[in-house]
Amino acid sequence: MKRVLILCFLGLAVTFAIAAADTPVTILRDGVTLTIAQEKRAEHIGNKLRCLVCQNETVENSQAGLAKQFRGIIRRRVVRGETNTQIVDFMVHRYGIFVLLKPPLIPLTWLLWFSPVIALLAGLMVVLIARRRRAPPSLPGLSEAERDRLKDILS
Amino acid sequence: MDTPRVSRRLMLGIPLAAVAAGGIGFYALLERMRSGAYNPQEFNNPLVGHEVPDFTLPGVDGNQGFDRAALIARKRPVLVNFFASWCIPCVGEAPYLRAIAKSGLDIWGIAYQDKPGPLALYLAKYGNPYRRIASDLSGRVAINWGVYGVPESFLIAPGGMVRWHIAGPLVPEIIESQLKPALRRLS
Repeated sequence: MKRVLILCFLGLAVTFAIAAADTPVTILRDGVTLTIAQEKRAEHIGNKLRCLVCQNETVENSQAGLAKQFRGIIRRRVVRGETNTQIVDFMVHRYGIFVLLKPPLIPLTWLLWFSPVIALLAGLMVVLIARRRRAPPSLPGLSEAERDRLKDILS
Repeated sequence: MDTPRVSRRLMLGIPLAAVAAGGIGFYALLERMRSGAYNPQEFNNPLVGHEVPDFTLPGVDGNQGFDRAALIARKRPVLVNFFASWCIPCVGEAPYLRAIAKSGLDIWGIAYQDKPGPLALYLAKYGNPYRRIASDLSGRVAINWGVYGVPESFLIAPGGMVRWHIAGPLVPEIIESQLKPALRRLS
């Protein structure tokens, strides 16, 4: 009985070892070897950056040579242990905020970010003015004498 | 005063005026795009107004290479031109680069991701307007300069400050309307 149990455990250990050996821990992308977690982080960064050759594509999606180079730079920096902010800043420092697909909220982009609010306020103002115009002019009430006359006529 | 009539006229007139103004605006935009005065895909290189970044590049094909220190040590302005033998717009700007060199402005070339063999053929065929040619085989230096495609040119003032930049070929219109005024501002 004991021998069977030991054999079972050995078999299980071998199975796990084979499974572990078959699961890749690192992958090679754009000339850089990195772990799966690092690759995920690099993809997250690359998806936020604009490929400057095919300008409506992300660095991750573009087939342009420059985008491939960007992906290599991002991955090398991820492996080196830089934070996401540091890597994005590296790109912005060289190519300006145009490299960001989502423009940051800075004085230059205030009009861009607040235009929905401005449009909403303008629309509200138009509605308010139109409603005030359409409201029937309030007529002055009847005077004391008029009310007496009305009573006379009606009676 | 006939108020209802005036307000009805305004209700028709204001949207019409807005549409007309928008139309004129878009027409002006398209005209500026057509004449080359406005390019929606262009963006300002943040390097303009700053000192050249740190780099060292070897020479290629018997030409002298250069580094940041060499640009900073200059006593006269220099045009740094990123180009490549495989780049078609570079062929287009080649005769104008020769004219610029002849007019007295030194041009230092940086061959972007280029091999010595094709580069030598290119220079033999289209002329060599460069005082120095450095080779950026990996393209890393170009990225540090914010270059996203060849050709791109940078006007460097004495002392190494970047004063002007263009992404795209140096055609006569650009030379007259941008490069020459930028040069005049330096002297």
